[in-house]
Amino acid sequence: MPAPTTHDPVIRVDHLRKTYGRTVAVADVSLTVGRGEIVGVLGRNGAGKTTTVEMIAGLRERDGGTVSVLGLDPERDGAALRERVGLQLQESALPARITVREAVEEYACFYDHPLDPDDLLRDLGLLDKAGTRYAALSGGQKQRLSIALALVGDPEIAILDELTTGLDPQARRDTWDVVEAVRRRGVTIVLVTHFMEEAEHLCDRVVLVDAGRVVAQGTPAEVAAQVGAEQTLTFRPSIPLDAHVLRVLGSVSAVEDAGADVRVRGTGNVVQDVMVALADAGVRPHDLRVHRSTLEDAFVRLTGVGPEADAPATTPSEV
Amino acid sequence: MAATSARTLTRVTVVEGKLALRDPANVFFALLFPPLLLTVLGLAMPWGSQPYSEDDPLLGTINGITGYTPIVLALAVATVALSLYPTTIATYRGQGVLRRLSTTPLPPSRLLVAQILVNLGALLGAALLTLVLGVLVVEVQAPAQPLVVLLAFVLTAAAMFGLGSLIAARAPSAGAATGVGMTLYFVSLFFAGVWLPLPVMPDVVQQIAVWTPLGAGSQAMLDGWVGADLPVQELLVMAGWAVVLVPLSARLFRWR
Repeated sequence: MPAPTTHDPVIRVDHLRKTYGRTVAVADVSLTVGRGEIVGVLGRNGAGKTTTVEMIAGLRERDGGTVSVLGLDPERDGAALRERVGLQLQESALPARITVREAVEEYACFYDHPLDPDDLLRDLGLLDKAGTRYAALSGGQKQRLSIALALVGDPEIAILDELTTGLDPQARRDTWDVVEAVRRRGVTIVLVTHFMEEAEHLCDRVVLVDAGRVVAQGTPAEVAAQVGAEQTLTFRPSIPLDAHVLRVLGSVSAVEDAGADVRVRGTGNVVQDVMVALADAGVRPHDLRVHRSTLEDAFVRLTGVGPEADAPATTPSEV
Repeated sequence: MAATSARTLTRVTVVEGKLALRDPANVFFALLFPPLLLTVLGLAMPWGSQPYSEDDPLLGTINGITGYTPIVLALAVATVALSLYPTTIATYRGQGVLRRLSTTPLPPSRLLVAQILVNLGALLGAALLTLVLGVLVVEVQAPAQPLVVLLAFVLTAAAMFGLGSLIAARAPSAGAATGVGMTLYFVSLFFAGVWLPLPVMPDVVQQIAVWTPLGAGSQAMLDGWVGADLPVQELLVMAGWAVVLVPLSARLFRWR
């Protein structure tokens, strides 16, 4: 699938490929990320998301394809890129006895033009935890510290991998606020996630990866629409309803009897059209529910499995 | 580049030092155990004030506790080089601390250098405490050739930190580093004469000991203490271990 052109791309990946022995971790991934965007890389566990971003970050060598980050090749110019790209990784930690402030101040001095550690801690709501040791932090606080360390070098791009995995809903929403605040600084963000709600909430564009390949990309709404822009209205009519009244509407594709309920499927302005037709017929729709296909529907349809399902290692899609 | 500046190395070293001091077990074993061992043995053991050897004219010139001092110094080296240093690095690897650092501009060598500096600092502290307490409390005699002792001590540290670096380079977790490190630790201590001083060991053990880094170190420091001939073979053995192990560890080092 050709990657859509984006103004001023800061990351350009073409036909990226990585194999481990006979297992294909990444078969063929192409994507671009424009400056200032939040782009989500979505996929079930083992789909090749993390391997992809690790190659973008220069932590792994690719077997094929090209990667350009800020005009540089991560494999050749790794040192220069580490100065300009901040990473928050899975399965990484800090020494148990280091305090929040010590960690941020230490990481700050690895960079040529770091942010002020105190400002950063204040922005991330960690200032009152500055003296706390890493081991004593909650999951959400550890994640915020991890984001702080990814940002302390004032990077142009931040790559955040499974940012909110393992966090409770409140901590997850707090973390989303932090990511939006980071974007307002002008930082381009690549977000790896398997939470569709997170992607819909945060991402300008998403890239859906399955078995090492890009299966869909676009805005969350565009990707959701790829599995059908259908909407479903379900309601209980106040008086018996002649289905013909609705079937004649151009935007309605099906009217189904669902026990006491009526289910209407359609596209476009189907919701307004049905409401007007019901009003004309003197019918009140009780208990009305409208369902629009979501990113999660697209995910399930395109990858053939629910996003939360733990998948074993990617099956070789080509050997 | 900020990442390669001396200021950054200083900062990393200070942080590593603070972290080490926050672990009471570190402070005890690295800093306090060697001087306490020498002092307690000197106070408790009747052989401490008797001649180190009845038969050897040179060894007969020092008392027992002075003869045991090079062994304690060798133990101090082994404690930091085979236990604390590789275990800390392996813990960092197992927990993902190294992986996290590998995403920053900091070159991996800087963390290793900082860790070695911190452990060398602990070693120097332990050695000075051992000597001061030994001389003041249990009548340890001054070495006949202090420069030979110093050279032997430096080479012992170089060879043993090389051995520790080999563990630090690859051990996947703290448990693995402790297993390998402790095995090498007790074997090294045996050849250094912690349980049975070298001069009273069977010839074959003495011949093996001189090829081990800590055995050679212990023997070379003793030679310097009593003013024997320059222990050329021992010094070369230790230099050889260091020259082979340090670059080998650097080549084998893994972030994860």
